[in-house]
Amino acid sequence: MLSSKIFSELLSSKGFNFYSGVPCSLLSGLIRILDDDPQTPYYPAVREDAAVGLCAGAYLAGKLPVLLMQNSGLGYCLNAFTSLNLIYKIPVLVVMSWRGEDGKDAPEHIIMGEINQQLLQTAGMEYSVISADNYEESLDKALQKIKEGLPYTLLVGKGFFDEGH
Amino acid sequence: MKGTEAFEEIIPLLTDEPVIHANGFICRESFNLKDREGNFYMIGSMGLASSIGLGVAVSRPDQKTIIIDGDGNVLMSMGTLAMIAAAAPRNLLHIVIDNEVYESTGRQGTLSSSVALDDVAKSVGYTHTKRVTEKEQIKSAYQELIGKEGPSLLLIKVEPSFDKATGRVHHTPEEITSRFMKALG
Ligand SMILES: Cc1ncc(C[n+]2csc(CCOP(=O)(O)OP(=O)(O)O)c2C)c(N)n1
Ligand SMILES: [Mg+2]
Repeated sequence: MLSSKIFSELLSSKGFNFYSGVPCSLLSGLIRILDDDPQTPYYPAVREDAAVGLCAGAYLAGKLPVLLMQNSGLGYCLNAFTSLNLIYKIPVLVVMSWRGEDGKDAPEHIIMGEINQQLLQTAGMEYSVISADNYEESLDKALQKIKEGLPYTLLVGKGFFDEGH
Repeated sequence: MKGTEAFEEIIPLLTDEPVIHANGFICRESFNLKDREGNFYMIGSMGLASSIGLGVAVSRPDQKTIIIDGDGNVLMSMGTLAMIAAAAPRNLLHIVIDNEVYESTGRQGTLSSSVALDDVAKSVGYTHTKRVTEKEQIKSAYQELIGKEGPSLLLIKVEPSFDKATGRVHHTPEEITSRFMKALG
């Protein structure tokens, strides 16, 4: 299990300085740490697509934004990703929790858990499934894509981060 | 007043402000009357001009930031009004061109004929809201709101007036991004 604190420090050290999203229990520790620290401003969004817009505006104004969300919000974001980020070359780092991985979760997560990778691929959204072994490498890859103006998603399974509740 | 007349009143009042435009008619009218590098023309992502504008405003607290939105766009993302009120950027002016229709797609009625969007903004916590119905009122309402601490909302009630012959924005989305970022500095 990775400490949310270490991950948030890693994000800061890479230059990320603007955060928004809608909570997921798997990301609760990370969100709490970001929210508590004035150096990592976290703007709560009412829905994931509004967080995409907010992060896009922040990027246009010179920030390097991170969007924290559950995979259940992916459907809300597809229009924003395809008709804003991808065509305008407005990057964002998406940290997306993977509910329903391996078909084991509450019923409402099973279908999205099964198709979220395909949805990302179909939409032309590059991503990595992160693990204890590859998260630093994945973040460097994400930064590379972000430099090219592309959004990049880190899919995070249950138990990757310590939870904050 | 027609929608076009509202733009004719607003555009001369702009100086160096970044202006985020809602999709459809709003982008096209503004682009054709006066293209500006500081204009962000959101051609897709309906409903997100408000959140994009909020992201700019909170990231540049010393820069007055303007959103020119449409009633259909506002209704699609009404929750963003709450985000704006909660984040409370003092430098944000949210203008809504309210024609009570989805004009860009054939004038289907929107809910703003029965829902007062300025009242919604006021009740979620915008610091100032104003509603104008005559073009002669726009200049003073704009100047009053831009001089105050926001977030403020200026609701401009207009008649539909979109001319299908009005051309589309001819910059590519990538060009819109790079010129906007350059203008913002
Ligand atoms: C998600 C989505 N749904 C529908 C559309 C089609 N559409 C484009 S512009 C528009 C109307 C926008 O209405 P409003 O904000 O009131 O602006 P107006 O056209 O009246 O100026 C619609 C429905 C779209 N672009 N995206
Ligand atoms: Mg309208």
